[in-house]
Amino acid sequence: MWSLQNIADSVQHWLYATFNPTIAMLIEFAIIGVLAIGLFSMLGLVLIYMERKVSAWMQLRLGPNRVGPKGVFQTMADTLKLIVKEGMTPNGADKLLFNLAPFIVMISAMVILAPLTFAKGFQIWDINIGVFFIAAISSLSVIGILMAGWASNNKYSLLGAMRSGAQIVSYELSAGLSILAIVVLSGSLKITDIIASQENGWWIFKGHVPVWIAFVIFIIAVTAETNRAPFDLAEAESELTAGFHTEYSGMKFALFFLAEYVNIFVVCALGAILFLGGWMPLHFGTGTKFNEVMDYIPSSVWFFGKTFFLIFVIMWFRWTFPRLRIDQLLNLEWKYLLPISMINLLLVTLIAILNWHF
Amino acid sequence: MGAGSLIALTIAAITFSGIAILVAKLITKATTNKQKGEPYECGVPTQGPNWVQFNVGYYLFALLFLIFDVELIFLFPWAVVVKKIGWTALVEIIIFFFILFTGFLYAHKKGALKWK
Repeated sequence: MWSLQNIADSVQHWLYATFNPTIAMLIEFAIIGVLAIGLFSMLGLVLIYMERKVSAWMQLRLGPNRVGPKGVFQTMADTLKLIVKEGMTPNGADKLLFNLAPFIVMISAMVILAPLTFAKGFQIWDINIGVFFIAAISSLSVIGILMAGWASNNKYSLLGAMRSGAQIVSYELSAGLSILAIVVLSGSLKITDIIASQENGWWIFKGHVPVWIAFVIFIIAVTAETNRAPFDLAEAESELTAGFHTEYSGMKFALFFLAEYVNIFVVCALGAILFLGGWMPLHFGTGTKFNEVMDYIPSSVWFFGKTFFLIFVIMWFRWTFPRLRIDQLLNLEWKYLLPISMINLLLVTLIAILNWHF
Repeated sequence: MGAGSLIALTIAAITFSGIAILVAKLITKATTNKQKGEPYECGVPTQGPNWVQFNVGYYLFALLFLIFDVELIFLFPWAVVVKKIGWTALVEIIIFFFILFTGFLYAHKKGALKWK
């Protein structure tokens, strides 16, 4: 049976058999780069279309429906529009930082793809501190955001960037603590090990109440980390116009927008890997007919299915909860989520030591 | 794939963004006029300097974050080995959390978490 793993292996085998090792490695890197750029573009197109259709569905509207069948080419039309727009730099802006910021946000969004497992045995680099790597790189994008806000020479941008910085760094703590809960249970930081530990059941089923609490905290924290509603204070349209990217136009704005959606994908993929078993199919018991049927579905479908389910949940939040105020937002993190996730981590440790999980 | 893949991804990101911005620059026609480069502020000229003062609370939260982030880095290696070590690890982390939490309560009592 052919799978993404087999294709990747045979391509690698063919490359190393045909060329000398250095050239083969360079070609491999080029393939990785092209695939990552392709994934970026596809995610941009799919997620923005999905966002619009989901919000239209929740508000009893039709959403985009003119360009192409059911409006599927709407995002492409918007991208075309953004390309022909002039990307201007306002007077008095710090030109270097202003132009550098989109690059930093894009680099951090792309490098983070390295340890993600897209299907069984299909990932760019199985780094042994995978989860830690993701946590580290995901906090880099805040530098780009602060840079953009500071360099814009605009009050809205500055305030938006400051809010965004405070929010992202605060919520990183409880996101990190809920990631640690799974690390304690599986005993490894490596993504493949974490997925392998869920072979007989996903952590959300195996880990009892503490893992559910960790999962809920994780979803709240990543919603805040990606600046999504109800935590979208950084770009609250009614208060700050567009937050840190008020002064950006044309392609530079498009890059910020793209990086934002890719970040949503990445955190949801991380949630799917940690709590919902990554590419592991849904199993009940051992050796039943149901398990065989589930095994027949390709692992990439499982991974993307779970990830897009989580993305849908985060889009659902946007139309369910009203936006918080900055003090409420920080209160929620420091007075509730952080203590709860610390105590929850102790509970998880107790479960792990007593081997109470299945 | 080794660490080289990170360099490959970084180069891919730079090329992608660079080409996108360059293409946009080549095919658009730039015009200039007096008002175009002014900072956006709802259509009226900006009042005062643009780098305004902001709430000091942001700094306090940033400082608190620093403490807890370092704590989180200590927890990562602990979390990997906790199953092998067992009860000792749990007791140690309870002591660690207790000390940390005392500091947190002190900050709370001092009003560092209040948004003025």
